[in-house]
Amino acid sequence: MDLFRIKNFDITNRLFVGTGKYASYEVMQKALDASGCQVVTVAVRRERLMDAQGKSLLDFLDLSRYVILPNTAGCFTAEDAIRVALLGRDLLEKNGNKGAGWVKLEVLGDKKTLLPDPIGTIEATRELVKEGFTVLAYSSDDPRTAVRIKEAGAASVMPAGSPIGSGMGILNPNNIALCLELLKENDPTYPVIVDAGVGTASDVTIAMELGADGVLLNTGIAHAKDAIKMAAAMKHGLEAGRLSYQSGRIPKKRYATASSPFEGVISYIPGE
Amino acid sequence: MNITVNGQPREVVEGTTLRALVEQSKLTPEKVAIELNRRLAKSDKYDLPLKDGDEIEIVTFVGGG
Repeated sequence: MDLFRIKNFDITNRLFVGTGKYASYEVMQKALDASGCQVVTVAVRRERLMDAQGKSLLDFLDLSRYVILPNTAGCFTAEDAIRVALLGRDLLEKNGNKGAGWVKLEVLGDKKTLLPDPIGTIEATRELVKEGFTVLAYSSDDPRTAVRIKEAGAASVMPAGSPIGSGMGILNPNNIALCLELLKENDPTYPVIVDAGVGTASDVTIAMELGADGVLLNTGIAHAKDAIKMAAAMKHGLEAGRLSYQSGRIPKKRYATASSPFEGVISYIPGE
Repeated sequence: MNITVNGQPREVVEGTTLRALVEQSKLTPEKVAIELNRRLAKSDKYDLPLKDGDEIEIVTFVGGG
């Protein structure tokens, strides 16, 4: 099994899948199953007090199977992100899930782009590390920002391929490659997870080919016409990309290199 | 006395606890997390009487990425 670690967490599957925006909880369950994921993300929100429907996400997640990764989505300040992280940890402690030790930190800049605020992210990372959290920090794909977040104590940096939910895939593969290079310099096992923007399976493959340790996605599966089939596609895309990375791809060249030998051809060759 | 729960003002009887608030809404204490005046309130605080003006957030997990 191809494992990696994020601080004290053993990761058995490199695809992290979100639980938002599925047509129903039943579709979500089947999609999570088809994706092969071990880690699933959730959000923390106000409980509906007046019209509680008695249906809780927790009733639809097998807490003995999945490690829950609570996020701080919707937070625009370090202070709010810390509050939400503490609430998520308390809920997971009560339910005996291993995810009680970690958080997917998002400190966002504005509602339109949902791009991460680097200063708020660094502030919140420092505080959450003091509170004992294993911090997985959502970042832009700017390599220097990623390094600063690592230096603030993040157990993993999660650079965005493109804006959350945009489906634009990996817009700047060179930046992701630079993030990987700088974050893993003299620290090759430092985990880097490409987060956000995945639209289809090939986006996952590209991230993994670049050398990412994993990919986190949600909308690409949840809003596909057939979410369950797309979840399977993402799983295969991840495996393909990981195997390609491990195999060591050929360098790109300007001109052709024949696969069949020219020696012994019976044909006319132009220019010869 | 008057308190605020999830952003909504509410009048409750003296001595109301967090546990009572949760149960009044037909929720299970294990499936929610609670903030009292912007600080996490762990389960050991659920049976203490609330005070006038307290601000409470009762949250749970929803789908998210």
